[in-house]
Amino acid sequence: MKREVKNKMKLSFISRSENEGLSRIAVSAFLSSAGADAGVIAQLKTAVSEGVTNAIVHGYRGITGIVTLECTIYENGLIRTVIRDKGTGIEDIEKAMEPLYTTAPEEERAGLGFAIMKSFCDRIRVRSVPGKGTTVTLDKYIAENG
Amino acid sequence: MIPITEYDSERKILTALLQGEIDHHCAGEIRRCIDIAIDKYSPELLALDFSGVTFMDSSGIGLVMGRYKLMKETGGETIVLNPRDDIRKLMELASLGRLTKIAYTAHSAAKASSGRKVP
Repeated sequence: MKREVKNKMKLSFISRSENEGLSRIAVSAFLSSAGADAGVIAQLKTAVSEGVTNAIVHGYRGITGIVTLECTIYENGLIRTVIRDKGTGIEDIEKAMEPLYTTAPEEERAGLGFAIMKSFCDRIRVRSVPGKGTTVTLDKYIAENG
Repeated sequence: MIPITEYDSERKILTALLQGEIDHHCAGEIRRCIDIAIDKYSPELLALDFSGVTFMDSSGIGLVMGRYKLMKETGGETIVLNPRDDIRKLMELASLGRLTKIAYTAHSAAKASSGRKVP
């Protein structure tokens, strides 16, 4: 079935931590103008914050690079958010997605980023190539009941 | 945003009033601020008051867990006060309740109702 695009936005920014707030504001403004449920917006905002923080903290550890955030709303109510970095990539995706697993405990990273993205979205896909970068795709429906 | 810390020397309670959004960007500064106060007063109880927190991601969970561990080193306890519903849900998702009690105070209830418009 072909999905029609209703609205789409793309944001690129360098991997500085103050841009985590920018990514949240952009996503929530974009979704509220599309009439998404307040609860859905709040959950996606949190999921995006986790994904973008991962890109900044882990993807570009010690280096600066570009993070892109893409959000598409389809006519059938699907919201697809894609967070992309061209950083170090993840060696073992399964391990990275385990709750409480973190490679940065000294920075008090709780290791819950993926667990939160998973529980706040309907579907999550992670593609990563070591040395090339990581792409996280979050799917969620615009209303609680889809 | 930098938290406001208050120390009750009689009851040995250090309260940190957290405000605004807690993400990875500001968690480090909040952590330093609270840890300086813990070091200064050596409280028996650390109360993290979330009344003024409007957004939090897993960085906030890390912040609470880290303070819990630090307080535990000297035999102290940590309590979480007045988180909003969505923030409480996130805390429950992280099973934070196994480490610290999550409670609501009359102080915050009064503050919440005073902010409401009288019809």
